[in-house]
Amino acid sequence: MLQYIGKRLLHLIPVLLGMTFIVFMIIRLIPGDPAQVILGQQATAEAIAALNEKLGLNEPWYIQYFNYLGGLLTLDLGESLRTGVEISKEVWPYLAATMELGLFAMFLAVLIGMNAGIISAWFQNSFFDYAAMIIALIGVSMPIFWLGLMEQWIFSIELGWLPTSGREDVRDPVSPITHLYLIDTLLNGRFDQFITVVKHLILPGFALATIPMAIIARMTRSSMLEVMRSDYIRTARAKGQKMSIVIYKHALKNALIPVLTIIGLQTGMLLGGAILTETIFSWPGIGRYIYEAIGFRDYPVIQSGILIVAFMFIMINLLVDIVYTLVDKRIKYD
Amino acid sequence: MKKQSWYMLLLLVVLSVFLVACNSSDEGTDSNEGTEDTDTTTDEGSEGTTDEGATGGVLVYGRGGDTVALDPAIVTDGESFRVTENVYDTLLTFGEQDTTVQPSLAKEWTVSEDGLTYTFMLEEGVTFHDGTTFNADAVVQNFERWAAGSAEQFYYYNSMFMSEGESVIASVEAQDDTTVVFTLTRPQAPFLKNIAMSPFAIASPAAFDQLEDNPVGTGPFKFVEWKRNDSITLEKNTAFWKDGLPKLDRVIFRAIPDNSARLNALTTGEIDIADGINPSDATSIQSNSELQLIERPSMNIGYLGLTNNRAPFDDVKVRQAVNHAIDKQTIIDAFFQGYAEPAVNPMPSTISGYNEEITGYEYDPEKAKALLAEAGYNGEEFELWAMPVPRPYMPDGQKVAEAIQKNLEDVGMKAKIVTYEWATYLEKAKNGEADAFLLGWTGDNGDADNFLYTLLDKDNIGSNNYAYYSSDEAHTLLVQAQSEVDEDKRNELYKQAQVIIHEDAPWVPLAHSTPLIAAKSTVQDYLPHPTGSEALTNVSVK
Repeated sequence: MLQYIGKRLLHLIPVLLGMTFIVFMIIRLIPGDPAQVILGQQATAEAIAALNEKLGLNEPWYIQYFNYLGGLLTLDLGESLRTGVEISKEVWPYLAATMELGLFAMFLAVLIGMNAGIISAWFQNSFFDYAAMIIALIGVSMPIFWLGLMEQWIFSIELGWLPTSGREDVRDPVSPITHLYLIDTLLNGRFDQFITVVKHLILPGFALATIPMAIIARMTRSSMLEVMRSDYIRTARAKGQKMSIVIYKHALKNALIPVLTIIGLQTGMLLGGAILTETIFSWPGIGRYIYEAIGFRDYPVIQSGILIVAFMFIMINLLVDIVYTLVDKRIKYD
Repeated sequence: MKKQSWYMLLLLVVLSVFLVACNSSDEGTDSNEGTEDTDTTTDEGSEGTTDEGATGGVLVYGRGGDTVALDPAIVTDGESFRVTENVYDTLLTFGEQDTTVQPSLAKEWTVSEDGLTYTFMLEEGVTFHDGTTFNADAVVQNFERWAAGSAEQFYYYNSMFMSEGESVIASVEAQDDTTVVFTLTRPQAPFLKNIAMSPFAIASPAAFDQLEDNPVGTGPFKFVEWKRNDSITLEKNTAFWKDGLPKLDRVIFRAIPDNSARLNALTTGEIDIADGINPSDATSIQSNSELQLIERPSMNIGYLGLTNNRAPFDDVKVRQAVNHAIDKQTIIDAFFQGYAEPAVNPMPSTISGYNEEITGYEYDPEKAKALLAEAGYNGEEFELWAMPVPRPYMPDGQKVAEAIQKNLEDVGMKAKIVTYEWATYLEKAKNGEADAFLLGWTGDNGDADNFLYTLLDKDNIGSNNYAYYSSDEAHTLLVQAQSEVDEDKRNELYKQAQVIIHEDAPWVPLAHSTPLIAAKSTVQDYLPHPTGSEALTNVSVK
């Protein structure tokens, strides 16, 4: 097992290397001069030339690329062109914000999506089945910006239950320790703030969860249906075992593998930052951080931001592969 | 069995979290009320002892973007100045809602006959937030810091006080503790206006190396915390040098990028002021008794640039024809909801030196057709660039472009609308790759030079003169005006320059828009400044 993990980690190197190269080239192919964007419309030609020189942007691209790689070897992610702050220093709060939202959304998606899928499979062709699958279809095709604004309108403005945006009540701010506010509020012993933070998570969490929730529901349903037709389930049912035990103990275990794959991929995607959700709910996450960096042609932030996201994506999928072996003892990596 | 109990455990955890969340939705509001209660008690307490407004509560200001850095000398963006205006003071400042020069840290000043020596008498007993004393030495050190830096480091200092590699400021000296003397190498007419701009705020010399994320000034509010891309919190400077001010206890700037979401947050009371309101939302705000619509005095220009060295706009007759072809009033009614004035000259009429005698090209398609025929325009298609982002001077570039396209089609000109992502758009337009393009400008200091020279002088081709307009005649006048200290003579020069620009018609000046802001009706005495950033010293929340 350890050998397998080691091997997978080694595979990371060429993948990440290739990715840095592709990202590096693509962002330099878009027109637009970072120095111009940093200095604004007001800038003079001399100031732009001077800034380009200072930022090393007048070097040939391959020199810039190797400088960047050299930095990466020493874990130096570079410096934001716009704010002048080291990326390794400023990236964690963004990443933490995205992780908190992404994991919360995934939690909702798995919980609701899997149960909806199981029940749909069990009562195949029932009213619940049709309703759940129609809702899932709508969920997959719902534009998030529309859903987000609707949520704000219904739950914040009309009903007044939940806040429209942000991570916290800015009038009573959370003092960050880990930057994962759910944990920070508890560490600070502020249970009232914990509740406020949960309330702030609900709307963006649901907006972000819709698509994975729908995908997981559909995947669970079809996977369960397949398993339920197999002989051993029939045997179990013939033995007169309770429904819940048949489903959760016998069927789900075997139906879980494809669902897990989907969960892994979807989690990776959510952690890559949900730009739309983060924008509508003004969530200070990594998706918006990278997206805004594109607008400002902040090359180092785009490069390193995408690198971090890719790294996490790969790690999550590695984790899923390991979880397979726990769920299904027949799977062994040797 | 094991799996099942795991699953049950998970379910239990979820259920309890939900129950807690539901339960506490009441508790939550309770605790909110609790904090509000304590606020009101302190309100009452202080009202009992001092005059009204000594405690003005907490104000949350919602805006579209985050600050870049908190050192005003190194930034160029409005969202940075909006915060630094509240932390620092400048030697001079602008009027509450205009760009007249007013005393601030310098309570009085004198100018020598030849316009080369400026003497500033400073306020006494002012301290920086770190406890160090503000005095003439501190002013000198700030200017020395900017002068020693490079052009890309202190952008505004260099663009305002350097010209052709030569510094306008020869020396800054502390005559005594409260007197600073500036000696110039040549007269600079807008010198005092420049000194009043946000970038030239006086920071504590002891804090020079950490201003970017921990600013220390003398302003009404002290910096507390910055959560990037999220919020910046400032608290009242109890030792502020203006007695009884500021009124607010805390100011929090929150970045909410989506316009609709920002308005939603205002409606629910999560924020007290929302900047960047779409003109189309104005009516719904006015009809809501809990909100008020506030207009920022206009100091901008939205225009259609006609690249002067590209066919067909290399012919002045074609440019004049386009000016006659476009129906500005209809565009303003439709896409600015009336919150704009049709533009005649390249700068708004509130700026001194504005030429009232120019009447502008009236909307007259027949005249446009005649001019096109005279010019021998062959009906060739050209590109019309539409801005991809809303800006205060152009709330919806795409729709304005479509209206212009229709206007031009009516006189027989075929325009194809194209658009690019914003940074690309600016870059390509600056390189002169556009035929006709929508763009605009918000003034920095209310001086004619900041519009006419910056946007249309041949010196600025390749930077802000996107239209590639080059007139030697206008250039002579504009450069002469820069060092003319006599106000009337200077205004006359600008008026002449506007006549030349009007004849040459490098642009179609479209509109001077009124940027809109919405606030809770409880917000009092908020006076937005035409430059786009203002200190919230007098604001209070009832």
